[in-house]
Amino acid sequence: MTVEAHVVVEGLVKRYGDRTILHGVDLTIGRAETLVVIGGSGAGKSTLVRHLIALERPTAGRILIDGLDVAALSDVELAKARRRFGMVFQKYALFDSMTVFDNVAFPLREQTKLSEKEIRERAMTKLKELGVDHAATLTPAQISGGMAKRVGIARALVMEPELLIYDEPTSGLDPVTSRTVDQLIEEMRARFGVTSVVITHDMVSAFDIADRIAMLIKGRVVAQGTPAEILVVDNPDVQNFIRSSGVDPARFTQRVGRLSAEELAARVAERKRDAAG
Amino acid sequence: MSDDSPDSAQPSLLASVVAPVKTLLEEIGVLGDLAFRAVMWTVRPPYRFQLVIAQMEFVGVQSTFLVGLVGLFTGMVFAVQTVYGFRRFSAENMVGGVVALTLSREMAPVLTAIMVAARAGSGMAAELGNMRSSEQIDALETMAVNPVQYLIVPRMIAGIVMIPVLTLVFFLVGLGGAWLVGVKWLSLDPGIFFDRIKTMLAEADLRQGLLKSVVFGFAVTLIACRHGFFASGGAVGVGQATTRAVVWSVVGVFVLDYIITSMLTQV
Ligand SMILES: Nc1ncnc2c1ncn2[C@@H]1O[C@H](COP(=O)(O)OP(=O)(O)OP(=O)(O)O)[C@@H](O)[C@H]1O
Ligand SMILES: [Mg+2]
Repeated sequence: MTVEAHVVVEGLVKRYGDRTILHGVDLTIGRAETLVVIGGSGAGKSTLVRHLIALERPTAGRILIDGLDVAALSDVELAKARRRFGMVFQKYALFDSMTVFDNVAFPLREQTKLSEKEIRERAMTKLKELGVDHAATLTPAQISGGMAKRVGIARALVMEPELLIYDEPTSGLDPVTSRTVDQLIEEMRARFGVTSVVITHDMVSAFDIADRIAMLIKGRVVAQGTPAEILVVDNPDVQNFIRSSGVDPARFTQRVGRLSAEELAARVAERKRDAAG
Repeated sequence: MSDDSPDSAQPSLLASVVAPVKTLLEEIGVLGDLAFRAVMWTVRPPYRFQLVIAQMEFVGVQSTFLVGLVGLFTGMVFAVQTVYGFRRFSAENMVGGVVALTLSREMAPVLTAIMVAARAGSGMAAELGNMRSSEQIDALETMAVNPVQYLIVPRMIAGIVMIPVLTLVFFLVGLGGAWLVGVKWLSLDPGIFFDRIKTMLAEADLRQGLLKSVVFGFAVTLIACRHGFFASGGAVGVGQATTRAVVWSVVGVFVLDYIITSMLTQV
């Protein structure tokens, strides 16, 4: 399927002092596509996605979102653009001065004019979908890591953004909850035509949810393609990575029920009409 | 000295002078930039009154007892020392006035700012440093909330408003301590004690104390926020940030104290 490009990364180089973390990364992510980024620890995956929402400035290269160079935006323009982004952080990043409920309600209070009643409804619905509604009145310090991760996901999803970045959404979760999170990522794409970038070490989830997989090694994209293509890619590092994860190329199937390209295109068009009208 | 035999000590000597100066200038640049952003974001809506009130409570209300305690003992010590010194030339009736002058111009603003740096400044640096290392500051930014506006502006406003209030508390309690020691225990004449305060303490002294406390409030919170906000390196980094916040805000208070004093005082 050919979809319009949503996010384009061109020749992205990032240096901290004299350490080069990203050596010229090129990536194109289509609208309503799920790109999974895999790669070893310290490969620069988090650094890469932090550039997508302008949490880092490129040393060289550009990030275009909807054709807009995010590094060139002013504070105010950037704040506006960010309303359409969401991010699930690797270390949860919950505000520990607030309850779980207030954390999820926070973006709604900041960015919308919804009434407190509507905010409560929406936030509680999201917490329920992730199975953490019973923890609504607790603070982040009082809940487990797995619960904190789910609250972080709820907070990112509650705004129903167009671009969602998940930094290791299933790490630290039990297998059952991990699959629930996979379903949610797929559902966000299916229901709202969300473009997703997912960093993961969980190969089951990678192969389940990906439209495309990109493998990052030491700051370079060494392979990218559909899950089926990645499985047979002719690169010893990639093959080693997949074999070590225990995914068996011979018996690989995607378990998450996926929409066809036509169905998805129709939904995206519908969402755009809603947004315009 | 010929061109082909450069003095080997020279580059390192030069470097050892240049490097700290460069670091200092860079640091002033970072502080200036942060202060500028804080001012810009103070005037831009939304105005977050609740956050300001919470910080005022943290900086002010929770420090009152501590500042009062230090103020009391400072006033008491000063009374003893001045009575001791002035008795040699039978000038102990000046004690009230001298203590009031010292407290208002120096001791109250400086010691209050140092107490707040130790208590609230370290707390701010630790809290912001933790928020940085656990990506909470990034999360704010991702949700289109400016972290300078959300985190730093309320803290700085609280510092600029509450340190002067605490300074006043220090001054009044300090005078009370001096009265206690001088009049009650060392039997100075109460009438003369207060009369000397009135005749010696000019409006300019109070104004200097107030100005200092406002400037210190700004400096202490700015330096504390700067170290927390830009902390890096996990728990160790947060620990270092907290230490630096206290050390540099105390140094800053003394440097600024000298600058303001020399500008406002004709000797
Ligand atoms: N602010 C920074 N300053 C200096 N170096 C940094 C900074 N942020 C990241 N790095 C370095 O960049 C490299 C890549 O880090 P990054 O967090 O992107 O890795 P990652 O692929 O997400 O790893 P993991 O899978 O462990 O999360 C690391 O070596 C890290 O030390
Ligand atoms: Mg990472």
